[in-house]
Amino acid sequence: MSELVKITIDDREIEARAGEKLLWTALENDIYIPHLCAIKDEKRPNASCRLCFVEIEGVDHPVTACTRKVEEGMVVKTRSPHLDRLVKTGFELLLSDHDLKCAKCAANKSCALQTIAKERGLKLRQKRFKLIERDYKIDDSPAEFAYNRSRCVLCGQCVWADREEAKVGAIGFTQRGVNRAVTTFEDIPLADSICTECHLCVDACPVGALYYKSDLK
Amino acid sequence: MSASGSEAIYQKLYEEAKKNIDGKEGKTQVLVGTATCGVSAGALKIKEDFEREIKEKDLDVDVVEVGCIGHCYAEPLAVIAKPGHPAVCYGYLDDGLVHRLVEDFLAGDDPSYEYALAALDRNDVFPTFEDFPRGIYEQKLILENCGYIDTRDIFSYIARDGYKALSKALEEEPSAVLEEVKAANLRGRGGAGFPAGIKWEACIKSGQDEKYVICNADEGDPGAFMDRSILESDPHLVIEGMVLCAYAIGAQKGYLYIRAEYPRAVGHVQEAINQAREKGLLGESIMDTDFSFDLEIFQGSGAFVCGEATALVNSMEGNMGMPESRPPRLASQGFRGKPTVLNNVKTFAYVPYIINRGADWFKEIGTEDNPGTAVFSLVGKVNNTGLVEVPMGTTLRELVFDVGDGLRDNKEFKAVQIGGPSGGCLPESALDVPIDFDSLHEAGAIMGSGGLVVLDENDCMVSVSRYFLEFTQHESCGKCTFCRLGTKHMLDILNDITRGEGDAETLELLKDLAEDVRDGSLCNLGKTAPNPVLTTLEYFMDEYKAHIEEGRCPAGVCRELILYYIEPPKCSKLCNVCVGSCPTEAIFTRDDGLKEIDQEKCVKCDNCLKACPPEYNAIVKLSPPVLPPEKEKTAK
Ligand SMILES: Cc1cc2nc3c(=O)[nH]c(=O)nc-3n(C[C@H](O)[C@H](O)[C@H](O)COP(=O)(O)O)c2cc1C
Ligand code: SF4
Ligand code: SF4
Ligand code: SF4
Ligand code: SF4
Ligand code: SF4
Ligand code: FES
Ligand code: FES
Repeated sequence: MSELVKITIDDREIEARAGEKLLWTALENDIYIPHLCAIKDEKRPNASCRLCFVEIEGVDHPVTACTRKVEEGMVVKTRSPHLDRLVKTGFELLLSDHDLKCAKCAANKSCALQTIAKERGLKLRQKRFKLIERDYKIDDSPAEFAYNRSRCVLCGQCVWADREEAKVGAIGFTQRGVNRAVTTFEDIPLADSICTECHLCVDACPVGALYYKSDLK
Repeated sequence: MSASGSEAIYQKLYEEAKKNIDGKEGKTQVLVGTATCGVSAGALKIKEDFEREIKEKDLDVDVVEVGCIGHCYAEPLAVIAKPGHPAVCYGYLDDGLVHRLVEDFLAGDDPSYEYALAALDRNDVFPTFEDFPRGIYEQKLILENCGYIDTRDIFSYIARDGYKALSKALEEEPSAVLEEVKAANLRGRGGAGFPAGIKWEACIKSGQDEKYVICNADEGDPGAFMDRSILESDPHLVIEGMVLCAYAIGAQKGYLYIRAEYPRAVGHVQEAINQAREKGLLGESIMDTDFSFDLEIFQGSGAFVCGEATALVNSMEGNMGMPESRPPRLASQGFRGKPTVLNNVKTFAYVPYIINRGADWFKEIGTEDNPGTAVFSLVGKVNNTGLVEVPMGTTLRELVFDVGDGLRDNKEFKAVQIGGPSGGCLPESALDVPIDFDSLHEAGAIMGSGGLVVLDENDCMVSVSRYFLEFTQHESCGKCTFCRLGTKHMLDILNDITRGEGDAETLELLKDLAEDVRDGSLCNLGKTAPNPVLTTLEYFMDEYKAHIEEGRCPAGVCRELILYYIEPPKCSKLCNVCVGSCPTEAIFTRDDGLKEIDQEKCVKCDNCLKACPPEYNAIVKLSPPVLPPEKEKTAK
């Protein structure tokens, strides 16, 4: 079904499978596009982190690469003043709601936020927005891992792993608006929930929100 | 499909309806407007009063519940139709007035014109609504029947050519309906103005058999009530529009997504569905053809964002009512994964008229790219609030000053906020913008769901944009980064500005962030939430600057930037009214007899300013909150 087509990303001609999501095509060809929420097997992407913006010739506004399907002859740009501005703002918005203490974080040096900062030349700190105060508690009830909600970027990777891979359904998105969060049903500690502590969600978490206690130095 | 089958069946229905209605029309009728707004103004009690008084006098008069008469500023309303007189509409009813009308007009023969708003039919004795400036601009199309038909009797609708369009359509191929709607260039009235015909066609092209038609009656905008009014006043019109759509696209099942806070609408629509089924206009083999289609009500109890197309479908499927990225569009993958047409209440309501009277007739009304009418709920500081329907292309000025009869208390016009919470604020200089999807969009506002709030000199534009943003921020579903966090920071910044905090950089940050939220958000809630902020920044920058640079709120609204002050030369000394009005006992009498406000105790409730008798008018708001110098001295 997936016919090979030619597309152009950042002036590079690339052979790609039609219908595949642009984000994965770019990444496979070593073209970096910031992303947090995209899951390759998910049929209908969440498209919620809003970091993977690209410009496509003939489309008058930036689009998310994780939702856009590859089409023959597509001409794509991953950088432009407008794109860079959107990515910077989106990134800084996430940091304005983040307990930024890399030195004390289990994900230090393997964190997706750090990758985005490095790839895009962004500072891993922001001053434009006031830090949103939270008084979340760390859930360290599981034997081997813990959950620090103050570092969660709401990417949904853990929810997918828990539902689709572990097939448990212990965690999910709860609450609305600025209080949206990933929690167990009724927000009870993981150890008291139906969680089997398979830690597939921990492996899926791209940042230091779900982490192995042993990684905490 | 038997030739001339459905039209013949219709003819019989129509005659039956006429007979039924004529029996009533020869009689004197009292039509009481009992849409939700009438009910909250006491219309049900007025109806009872009429019934009781009529019974006491043993008069042969029918009292009928009709929907929205459209003059909500004068609720409760009733129309009296008595043979030998023009039908006359009376407003501001109370039990005394009801008594009078029954005695003088129903029992006697004096129409008591001194209490009448206007007549409904042309006549030689009393002006009609069309004779008012408002009437000249108004053109009732989908509100045509509202307030005139018995909403709970299908015959009342049929006798006004109701379901005729359906009988006509069933005689022809489904594609004829589609072609007519496409030719009419009917644009969706739920906000974005997308052409309905093109949406329907995309659904047909999906090539699947199972399809759905859904009517969006979520109407979550604060202050909006036109969809509710139509459903309460003329439910069959919307039902007929949906059946026509179903016939055109070949759908078997449809839903009306009505918010649960609209119990009257739900009740009337359910009753209408039952009656339509009974008459063979809904359900199996409609009008004896082989076309079957049935409707069901889905009561939405979700948040504002559930009115967004993909969130609405999610909530109908039992999922969290959250938006999804598109494509795929609903037309190819909608409810239960099947092709779905979702249109607004008003969009469906136009369809029977278009089929009956033709696309050319429809295009005569309004402008070339925006045919038809626009329905607004006109609220705020205008004299005539209410539901209005004007041709597209009417200017904002005509709507505010002619239809709305200008501003209340001769205040100075400042802006219109148009399009609901995600609409924009347009100033005096934009008053000649024609009302249509494209012109409003260009000016930075949107048609939205048709809410129009008129603002005057006493409204602070920073507060106004803060107010609307507070609504959308609160309604953000939280799924995507820009809307979840961006609107929160925008609101924080606006709150700071209403306290006089910030500098030039603050305004720049607000503007940049607003643009990024608009460009970066996933669904239209986030994409349009910045509109009030962006338009006020564009048109009312001086007010923002006054707050930040001078600590002054020009309209005297922002509490942190005003103080209440009693001007000594104006205070009467002998009057004590303000003292009594103050909830915190902040006002005291000085040795010289003048009143003074203890600023420490004042909570800025505005009571004293309202209480001070107009002949003295001694209390003023000062902004910036600085006492006059001589005052400072005595205060120490
Ligand atoms: C946050 C949000 C709320 C909405 N609420 C409504 C609503 O209450 N009623 C409505 O008809 N459309 C609403 N819409 C627009 C719908 O998504 C959709 O465009 C519309 O129902 C399509 O019908 P139309 O083409 O007839 O306008 C809303 C959109 C957004 C983004
Ligand atoms: S999650 Fe990443 S960015 Fe956040 S503190 Fe840990 S390492 Fe630093
Ligand atoms: S560790 Fe628990 S929450 Fe995580 S995926 Fe496994 S079962 Fe689900
Ligand atoms: S816990 Fe980790 S994986 Fe789960 S949503 Fe938060 S950041 Fe994403
Ligand atoms: S724009 Fe707002 S309402 Fe829409 S998906 Fe994003 S967070 Fe939810
Ligand atoms: S504004 Fe209210 S609290 Fe202040 S002095 Fe007047 S009445 Fe009292
Ligand atoms: S990766 Fe595309 S929106 Fe998150
Ligand atoms: S007249 Fe009351 S709803 Fe309009």
